Amino acid sequence: MNPTVETLRATFGNAIGRGLESCGDTIVYIAREALLDTMTWLRDTPEQGYDYLVDVTAVEYRDRERPLEVVYQLRSLARRADLRVKVELDGHGDLTVDSVVPLWRGADWLERETFDMFGVTFRGHPDLRRILMWETYAEGYPLRKDFPLRGRFSRAEQVRQALGANPEAHYSMEELSIAEAYDELPADMKERLRHGDRGKLADTE
Amino acid sequence: MSKRTVELDLATPGLDARGQPVRVPLAVADAPESTPPEPDLAGEHMLINLGPQHPATHGVLRLVVELDGETVVRVIPHLGYRHYNQIIPLTDRTDYLSPMANNVGFALAAEKLMGIEITPRCTVLRVIACEMSRIISHMVWLGTTSIDLGAFTPFLWAFQERERIYNLQEMWTGARLTTSVTRVGGMMADIPDDFVAGLRDFTQTFPRTLSEIDRVLTRNAVWVGRTQGVGALTAAEAINHSLSGPMLRASGVPYDVRRDKPYLDYETYDFDVVVGEHGDVYDRYLVRLEECSQSNRILQQALVRLPDGPVNVADPRVILPPKSRAMNDMEAMIYHFKQVMEGVKAPVGEAYVGIENPKGELGNYLVSDGSAKPVRWRIRPPSFINLSALSKMAEGHLLSDLIAINASVDIVMGEVDR
Repeated sequence: MNPTVETLRATFGNAIGRGLESCGDTIVYIAREALLDTMTWLRDTPEQGYDYLVDVTAVEYRDRERPLEVVYQLRSLARRADLRVKVELDGHGDLTVDSVVPLWRGADWLERETFDMFGVTFRGHPDLRRILMWETYAEGYPLRKDFPLRGRFSRAEQVRQALGANPEAHYSMEELSIAEAYDELPADMKERLRHGDRGKLADTE
Repeated sequence: MSKRTVELDLATPGLDARGQPVRVPLAVADAPESTPPEPDLAGEHMLINLGPQHPATHGVLRLVVELDGETVVRVIPHLGYRHYNQIIPLTDRTDYLSPMANNVGFALAAEKLMGIEITPRCTVLRVIACEMSRIISHMVWLGTTSIDLGAFTPFLWAFQERERIYNLQEMWTGARLTTSVTRVGGMMADIPDDFVAGLRDFTQTFPRTLSEIDRVLTRNAVWVGRTQGVGALTAAEAINHSLSGPMLRASGVPYDVRRDKPYLDYETYDFDVVVGEHGDVYDRYLVRLEECSQSNRILQQALVRLPDGPVNVADPRVILPPKSRAMNDMEAMIYHFKQVMEGVKAPVGEAYVGIENPKGELGNYLVSDGSAKPVRWRIRPPSFINLSALSKMAEGHLLSDLIAINASVDIVMGEVDR
């Protein structure tokens, strides 16, 4: 097993959960509250030097009682060492974890994808929007185990929404404010835009 | 007295006026007890099964047919026999400019999870598959990028070379694009007889094209002007953005999965890890061009060392027994049945394998709960992550530079969107 796990435990104590090995890869579980501290330590401690974030993703098990895991693959380029860090979240409860974008810019889109597919909220992410699905997509999170194969809405409803969509909904309000299209916007949208609100598009005129 | 009534308003015997088969109604009225009943032949409908493997069903379609004599009364089609007993074909379609390398990446992850050791011949064949993919992917990149920047001739040269590799891929797998060449524990097929000669011919003539491209572009004033100093990233920025592959190396980070976390015995091949200096579009071009030469070197070495022997492991969990054995040997038939009906079961656990794909590090992360379907199969898409640095690289540059920078990332949307 990667010796980093023992050093982590010695430094952070109870915040470090179990460490295990699977197919030769070392996995260590970290308490949600300690994620940012431990990640910073892993990146900035010279003997550790995990300077490269390979991947961020999530795993939900078929066993509904098992927590949903957010998975970070870390690598030290200099030491050629890999470490898989996991944070467990209650799949029925609060799916929030600190964003690691302040540490690695590469986490930006990876966290957005994890948010898009699993509904995990990354606190402190500068621009947490859907990335593969469109921004007004309202059927939920497609890679969750309780997500129906063909989506939550009926095919008829999906077609209705697709045909009825405002073409300008494909642009964020920020993007619309760049284009001339700003003048064409509904009044309430302009109002919210003026206040810097980038939330959901309005349901009403 | 019995009376048979038969509807006789028939255009064709056995069919009614609308062309529907006739159920011949037999109404027997007032039959005296003494008369023995006539045999009700019309009620004797026959049920036959056609397919799923029948030359007339055009593939594995199964039809259950109700027959009245030779007249078809009812047809009940059953679908779903066309199934891939493995999931490899999906991987073709992610980065479809290097399908063979994707196939290898998934197979390596599944084999790591299941603890399967592949055969020496298979290892070398997979190296050939990966390096052929690198060459065609870089050739597409070079061709399209040169068109983006207004140079048409290198595009023709590059696509000509890609065509020659495509012919080899077609020779090997029957497909040019959707190769599906690996299986867990082996390959879809061994290489055909002419393959080695064809590939050797390619490796001998390919460097000439590379040097032509080099002569046309590397010191070309327009090319240099459009690419040098454009979209530059420092080594620290490239690492912080999780870039991989030529994007990372062009910024001066000498990280190559083949060298630093070797798989498929890459550590035993003699090749150079190509590293840039400035991290701009020009250096990315130089890195990819030189990587083609290095891949060519690896291909030449692989052809020399290609050993004889079996391609697939002798592991009935993952490799289907030969059809002749499955039909004649009870044990082989059971293995065949179990694999097709239940799928390949991997033990509880998880495995991540990163390989050096043409676009960067392709990661396959598999989590198994012991059943035949993975709980999670995550592809770490190099194009997706490399593309995420686009705003950082392009902001502040001209629109025409954005085109060059975007081209230099080498994305393939099949992989970005998956």
